[in-house]
Amino acid sequence: MSHLLEVKNLDVKFDTDEGRITAVENISLSVDQGEVLGIVGESGSGKSVTAKSIMKLNPGNTSYNEDAEIILDNENVLQFTSKQDLKKIRGGKVSMIFQEPMASFAPAIKIGAQMVEQLLIHKNINKEEAKSISINMLKRVGIADAEKRFNQYAFELSGGMRQRAMIAMALSTMPKLLLADEPTTALDVTIQAQVINLIKDIIKEYQMGVIFITHDLGVIAQVADHVAVMYLGSVVEKGPVNEILKNPKHPYTKGLLQALPDINNLDAPLSPIPGNIPSPLDRPTGCVFRTRCPHHNPEGKDGKIEMKLIEVEPGHWVDQCGIKCGQNG
Amino acid sequence: MGDNLISVNNVSVNFDYQENFISKKQKIHAVNNINIKIKKGSFFGLVGESGSGKTTLGRAILGANKISSGNVIFHDDEKDYDLTDMNKQDLKEYRKKAQLIFQDPYAALSPRMTVRDIIAEPLEVMKITNSRQETDERVRDIASKCRLNIEHLRRFPHAFSGGQRQRISIARALVSNPKFIVADESVAALDVSIQADILNLLKQLQTELNLTYLFISHDLSVVAHVCDVVAVMYLGHIVEMGPSRELFKNPKHSYTKALLSSIPSIDPEKRSEAIELKGEIPSALNPPPGCVFRTRCPNPGVDCKGGEIKMGLIEVEPGHWVDQCCAL
Repeated sequence: MSHLLEVKNLDVKFDTDEGRITAVENISLSVDQGEVLGIVGESGSGKSVTAKSIMKLNPGNTSYNEDAEIILDNENVLQFTSKQDLKKIRGGKVSMIFQEPMASFAPAIKIGAQMVEQLLIHKNINKEEAKSISINMLKRVGIADAEKRFNQYAFELSGGMRQRAMIAMALSTMPKLLLADEPTTALDVTIQAQVINLIKDIIKEYQMGVIFITHDLGVIAQVADHVAVMYLGSVVEKGPVNEILKNPKHPYTKGLLQALPDINNLDAPLSPIPGNIPSPLDRPTGCVFRTRCPHHNPEGKDGKIEMKLIEVEPGHWVDQCGIKCGQNG
Repeated sequence: MGDNLISVNNVSVNFDYQENFISKKQKIHAVNNINIKIKKGSFFGLVGESGSGKTTLGRAILGANKISSGNVIFHDDEKDYDLTDMNKQDLKEYRKKAQLIFQDPYAALSPRMTVRDIIAEPLEVMKITNSRQETDERVRDIASKCRLNIEHLRRFPHAFSGGQRQRISIARALVSNPKFIVADESVAALDVSIQADILNLLKQLQTELNLTYLFISHDLSVVAHVCDVVAVMYLGHIVEMGPSRELFKNPKHSYTKALLSSIPSIDPEKRSEAIELKGEIPSALNPPPGCVFRTRCPNPGVDCKGGEIKMGLIEVEPGHWVDQCCAL
């Protein structure tokens, strides 16, 4: 069976004044219909860049490697150059929800007008139909007084409501793939719980594929089916959510879990991962995690082991250097 | 009152609000009738969602916000300071002894000053040291306590990562030798692996330098880990307060229960046990009369639905206080 989305050997590099930065290196991922792939990692790990590549939304100084493929619905997105083609993915087959909904809505245009505008671009319908679809969608995401909200501006809505409106807008074109980039990070916990439940319901209802990006392992545990753990532009471990969170193999995944304060286990000490994330300008050769790895094996320390994912259990892939280190600790 | 450092007595903070120049002046009730005692050497946690008034209360205790009614007493070794009735000299003294660590280490540090100058600034402004040599000594001393590399003192903040910057902010707050620190969401902007490091540092400095913290956060797991006493705020009121273990194991107020259940569990097999709260936090311009939580309460009693029960904490266990609406 072919996947809804398949990313193969993707490198993303940015040309900057200070040199060429490798933001993402050799990433392969896949998402099926009705499946949620969680991508977790700290700031600077390349989560958002990966997601944006799928819509080709990265800025002009971006270069992709030639043998990379992003296959969406049997078409290679990276080959798209014409406006017509790009329109198919941006808002058509793929929609995106961002972290800060205030920044994603135009402040001086009514929410309804923005929703109608994008529907008119992507669907062959008239204004009246677009309006009724939008209002129904606003109702679906749990906004009371949808007709009134339709005629309001983004600043008139509260944070949770704005995020709901954002979700309604992203879903109204019925995308096959939804990219959710930290959609609950700016929200309070009680509102976060509401939004997570809403997203889960909607995925079930519309059977779309989702890439859910977050730095919060708790949120990942609640929504994802599969997880990819990213560090400094590379996937260091990926697999089914249960496997990754209960049986982590890579020292970085283990470190993340130990650094997380757990409310059910208050006696556990908080153990930070030593050191700082290196600048992408001097990305370590070999295993990217070796500068902070608490139990580096001697070969990994010199950067002689190349990054390569190996399947340790069915569906559970771990970087080869990480497997050796993980056994030490 | 020997073992308290800060006593907050019936403190309310209101702000004037006028939508435009012809409309009526209104009052925002940001903080209402708060009573807390912060013991010497304690790690006092203040949790709540955005708009609950936790930052306003923290700033009021530092004298950075005007207190509308009530008073805050700072119990120093020799004398007590009343914040609402303080002369300039006393206020200067108080500023040396009570300091603030901000949330965003990217916004809090001037990009045009070296790390040395950033940390030294409080000493110079408050005229604590007399010579450059003395200043340098104190800067180096506190920098090494905060695990900053002494050789990095001549660099500018842009060369540092988030965690290192937060350590610079901490060093700056501690250089005047304060006794009381308000840490306002000080780890919220950091990645988890760094967050643990900063929390451990704060703990370690507490024992080393005899500090008392007011730790403001929206993250309950963090608060549960580091704080010994916790107060939960909602819409300007404290709805529950107690020793942190007791409060998190045995929450009494429906809001605390809902907050705790909303924390996404790290266990994928334990999905959605969250007590879902309907709607959002009401506006502080016209808070609901009676129990402020009743508009979102999942199991409101008959009395509190009408708003007849006034807000007020009662002690259910020694040291564990719950708002009477939910305690009854």
